[in-house]
Amino acid sequence: MLKRIYAIFRARNLEFVRDRSSMSWNLVLPVALMFGLSFIFGGEGRTQYTVGVLQSAEELDTEQHPFLETRFIRFVVVNDEAEAVRKIARHQIDLLVQFGTPGRYWINPDSSKGYFVEFALLQSDQPADHGMQKSQITGDAVRYVDWVLPGILGMNMMFSCLFGVGYVVVRYRKNGFLKRLRATPLRPIEFVIAQVASRLMLIMLITSFVYIGTKYFLGTRMDGSYLALFLVALIGAIALLSMGLLVAARVTSEELAGGLLNLVTWPMMLLSGVWFSLEGADTWVRNVANVFPLTHVLESARAIMLDGATLVDVAPALLSLLLMSVVFLGLGAAMFRWRAS
Amino acid sequence: MEIALEARHLVKHYPGVLAVDDVSFQVEAGICFGLLGPNGAGKTTTVEIIEGVTPATSGEVYYFGKPAGNRFREEAGIQFQNTALQDYLTVRESLEMFQSLYNRRADLEHIIRECSLEDLQDRDNRKLSGGQRQRLFLAVALVNKPRLVFLDEPTTGLDPQARRNFWDLVNRIRSDGTTVILTTHYMDEAQILCDEIAIMDFGKIITQGSPAELLRQRYQSVIIEIPLEDVSGDLDSIEHRVLETQGLIEISTDDVNTSLEVLATHVSGLNRMKIRQPNLEDLFLDLTGHSLRA
Repeated sequence: MLKRIYAIFRARNLEFVRDRSSMSWNLVLPVALMFGLSFIFGGEGRTQYTVGVLQSAEELDTEQHPFLETRFIRFVVVNDEAEAVRKIARHQIDLLVQFGTPGRYWINPDSSKGYFVEFALLQSDQPADHGMQKSQITGDAVRYVDWVLPGILGMNMMFSCLFGVGYVVVRYRKNGFLKRLRATPLRPIEFVIAQVASRLMLIMLITSFVYIGTKYFLGTRMDGSYLALFLVALIGAIALLSMGLLVAARVTSEELAGGLLNLVTWPMMLLSGVWFSLEGADTWVRNVANVFPLTHVLESARAIMLDGATLVDVAPALLSLLLMSVVFLGLGAAMFRWRAS
Repeated sequence: MEIALEARHLVKHYPGVLAVDDVSFQVEAGICFGLLGPNGAGKTTTVEIIEGVTPATSGEVYYFGKPAGNRFREEAGIQFQNTALQDYLTVRESLEMFQSLYNRRADLEHIIRECSLEDLQDRDNRKLSGGQRQRLFLAVALVNKPRLVFLDEPTTGLDPQARRNFWDLVNRIRSDGTTVILTTHYMDEAQILCDEIAIMDFGKIITQGSPAELLRQRYQSVIIEIPLEDVSGDLDSIEHRVLETQGLIEISTDDVNTSLEVLATHVSGLNRMKIRQPNLEDLFLDLTGHSLRA
């Protein structure tokens, strides 16, 4: 069995590596995207200041706290102090304030915007705002490029998994190669394992290469464990590959396969958090997003890279991905067809 | 004699079409068995059911007395009419890949030599000519040292030299005791290669036997061929079977002398006349008709 799997695995690897246009595209696209986005979003593009107000909205009194009417500052009501403090550490909000007696505020001493917002707070002429307790929270900024990196790597994985396996299997079926294999002792499960293993190895190599490249050139952030990140990528890729095999299980036309794969990939690209966060989205949108494997991959990867989450923290997402893999593979194997007609 | 393969009551229904209609036959070990028939007769479907790549609606296939299963897959070599190999692999890599799928293994160097692929073994398999590609497909069918080889219209599209080379190759395979099942619509090919043939039409086997035996049973006569343009009179007075085809008049007769006497009165000259024995093509056309098939 292993000998047969290895034979198909090796042949598929040779085919991929020798198909230079496809190979180059798989490498160049994510790197180009990475540098392009870094160039576009790398600077201080956000001119507005953001202040978190740790208080329920109805209690805010602008008469009493004229600071709240300062122009060019966006005030955001927050309820979770720990989460808000974490955002201060990551420079995602510039200052956190809690009015009261005495009042408190939190600031990141490394944040230039925090410095100016603190100045504005302390200059406000209401005595209630003076004598506030100051807390300093340290932490490096999470640049957009840090936030978007998992999205780009995940998106590249998604396309590579779905099109790289789904499209290839349909092509094999259409040109009769699967029929030829059917006439050998090779079993369907051996073929499927070989395809998944081959693509998985290539995807992990390419993803690692791109990640190392961006880490080296852009100094992207990594607060968690590389092993945990690797496992998230590995299990996520297996789930996406299984999804690709399911889409390709019976399809005999490349045009139809392309349409179906687009039908699956576009919603994932829009709703899984590749380019923007769904934090403020409606509950139903987030529920739909949770059906997609890519959502779990990106949330876990960002939690590890930006928040230092451990494997235990991301275990529920990994379990979801494993469950999806089993379901997709099971359905794909049950529906699999060797022949075009 | 040992029976290598037996098909029992094979039936294949497609929506609105009965492609294979209760087909049964046996193939002795070591022979070349030809399955002939016009386009759409059901021969490729029949063979693909036997090969295990198309499920039958009903019927059974036995390989050396047992239901065809894993042993059959391990010991059979198949050359499909339309197939593809993995892109970007060389000839040698393609052969090595297929060989790795089997426990039985032939000497790869021997196969490469036999199929005249020595100079092509490092070439990308997509860059082969039609004849080279057919030789590679045959080599792929031989990598497991098969006891039974299926060749599905292996010389379609080949030039005359390539066809004859291919026939030599098939004869060499047979000389090792390998059973060959050949589907073809080239009657000369079947006559040269096959020990036994079955002719199919409309999903059924309409006759089966050795080519010589079938011809002997069907014809006790010879065929006189005369160019149509040399015939001046009405040939209705000739009692024997007369057929007009491709600019020729074919007269089937078992009394050549009498026929020639009659013909002498109707034909402007006999210089271009030929007298020949009936062949498989005559038998095939007699049994399946002359009308064009889809």
